[in-house]
Amino acid sequence: MNWTWFHKLGSPKWFYEISGRWLPWFAVAAALLLGVGLVWGLAFAPPDYQQGNSFRIIYIHVPVAFLAQSCYVLLAVAGLVGLVWRMKLADIALQCAAPIGAWMTFIALVTGAIWGKPTWGTWWIWDARLTSMLILLFLYFGIIALGQAIANRDSAAKACAVLAIVGVVNIPIIKYSVEWWNSLHQPATFTLTEKPAMPMEMWLPMLVMVLGIYCFFAAVLLLRMRLEVLRREARSSWAKSEIKALVGAA
Amino acid sequence: MSSVFALLLARESRLLFRRPAELVNPLVFFAIVIALFPLAVGPESQLLQTLSPGLIWVAALLAVLLSLDGLFRSDFEDGSLEQWVVAPQPLPLLVLAKVLAHWLFSGLALVLLAPLLALMLGLPARCLPVLLLSLLLGTPILSLLGAVGAALIVGLKRGGLLLPLLILPLYIPVLILGSGALQAALQGLPATGHLLWLASLAMLAVTLLPFAIAAGLSISVGE
Amino acid sequence: MPRSDRYCRVEVDGKPIVTSPFLEALALACERDWRMLFERLDLALVPGDMLQVVGPNGSGKTSLLRLLAGLMQPTAGEVRLQGRSLRGQRAELARNLLWIGHAAGIKGLLTAEENLAWLCALHRPAGREAIWQALAAVGLRGFEDVPCHTLSAGQQRRVALARLHLEAAPLWILDEPFTALDRQGVAQLERHLQGHCERGGMVVLTTHHRLEIRPATFRELDLERHAA
Repeated sequence: MNWTWFHKLGSPKWFYEISGRWLPWFAVAAALLLGVGLVWGLAFAPPDYQQGNSFRIIYIHVPVAFLAQSCYVLLAVAGLVGLVWRMKLADIALQCAAPIGAWMTFIALVTGAIWGKPTWGTWWIWDARLTSMLILLFLYFGIIALGQAIANRDSAAKACAVLAIVGVVNIPIIKYSVEWWNSLHQPATFTLTEKPAMPMEMWLPMLVMVLGIYCFFAAVLLLRMRLEVLRREARSSWAKSEIKALVGAA
Repeated sequence: MSSVFALLLARESRLLFRRPAELVNPLVFFAIVIALFPLAVGPESQLLQTLSPGLIWVAALLAVLLSLDGLFRSDFEDGSLEQWVVAPQPLPLLVLAKVLAHWLFSGLALVLLAPLLALMLGLPARCLPVLLLSLLLGTPILSLLGAVGAALIVGLKRGGLLLPLLILPLYIPVLILGSGALQAALQGLPATGHLLWLASLAMLAVTLLPFAIAAGLSISVGE
Repeated sequence: MPRSDRYCRVEVDGKPIVTSPFLEALALACERDWRMLFERLDLALVPGDMLQVVGPNGSGKTSLLRLLAGLMQPTAGEVRLQGRSLRGQRAELARNLLWIGHAAGIKGLLTAEENLAWLCALHRPAGREAIWQALAAVGLRGFEDVPCHTLSAGQQRRVALARLHLEAAPLWILDEPFTALDRQGVAQLERHLQGHCERGGMVVLTTHHRLEIRPATFRELDLERHAA
């Protein structure tokens, strides 16, 4: 197998060039998919037979919650790559993705609470999924706080990587224990997960939204990473000319 | 290799015994936190009994966490950790010995103190075996997980509140299983399932976490 | 303690040729907090060498020593041990290295003997007799069972330096070993370092002090010449 692409990824200049080419595509795809998905889901998809129109918030809640969870896995994978292959770009990815993941988790919690009001009649309920989401938010806070507390940025990245890896191993354990705790304490509540099988016309906009939110994530992540790469390489000649071009354009 | 393990255990015990305040402080903290709850929610014995599994576990968890804050600090400051990192001995083994020594004194003392406080909260005596067993299985996990955080922040001048922030979310499964075991016992149900889960988590922690602690220490020392 | 096996020299047609240095640094660069301390730094150590790293405060002397000891990772370049990259050779380096940092790993609550027994055990356990002899050699006879926090700074330094009389590692990396030593202690340490090099050992050290006694192989490495 040819690994040159993998080592090329370590070069900031190469990343900056290639990501510059990808970025517009992700941005356009995100805008299109999110626009179509939102209009479709909020306006045209049929209302739920039980919850009426209030269920429509799942077109935001579910994709965001999805992304929030996979983002943490991404942190751990980036951390592993950074620790094992000492790839600087993986370190950058970890630190740039963590705040996005935290925001996504926060949005998932808020939309969950908004959904909870008409469904359960209360803003917050210690439902297994919401509780796991809250814990996930705390895990993100931990990583962000650790990254900010350590002054040396290489050590900060490595420390966050270790924490993310320990966290990702812990997440399934946390998830199962919380679900189990929940089933012991409040059996037979209406859970967000076990919905009756969704009909196609409700399910398709969801798929579009999930794809859209992933494209959005990729675009934001690339944008943040490009900025960070420029910041770190500020002394090199290519970055200087790049910054000059950016400032000149503005 | 095992002789180094034994030597480190002896060294750590010696250090702990020459500064006994560090052993006693977490225990006093544990007792005070437990005493706060009746003062906060009222002395009604039925309520306290219902709450006692959770109270004991939350207090124990915080006591363990606080006792770990300085676990590696003095070793970091006086250069001992550098010596560990450059030594031919495997670092995960050394940290396992260090955490074990810490647990043997501070963790075990906490386990032994817990029944007394539990009785004061009105937990029936028949629940005590489950209490002891769950703490015996759970506190090593708490120590090892906390040590990961302590290793990561040892180089910071002011770690302060960072350790709880990093580690408390990871403590949740142990908290759920530990207090769940006690609650089951309180309701007269078998707690074997919880305890077996705790035991397997403890095995997992003992095998995997020393590597994470060692990685954290290498990073902190290499800063 | 002669260690002829550490010589990396082979003879071809009767002429000695150095195959690969025991420890070498290739195009080493070190960056700390957005500041490049030094770059394109090369050095090689063969048995018998003594290298004093000099430079003003903040020029990266300690960082260089920590890079060579494998405690830190270089920003660019690499450190090689016997011709192979240090990564994956940690155990090999650990067996051959005696590192005494600025903080020397001496616990105030433990006695001099307990400290040394533990520090030696990390490498190769030493007997009580040997430890007492080493302590006598650094002028601490009678202080064996005194907790180290009651000793003066210079005496604590001597406890750490007693390891130089105990362990057989060929490569010594010492960060400011002369700190807090009195004049007699300095002369004694200088003689000991010289003897180690003459027996085929290697010493890398930082100090602001000018060495009076030095082996024939003594070199200086001025970090200012490698500053970015």
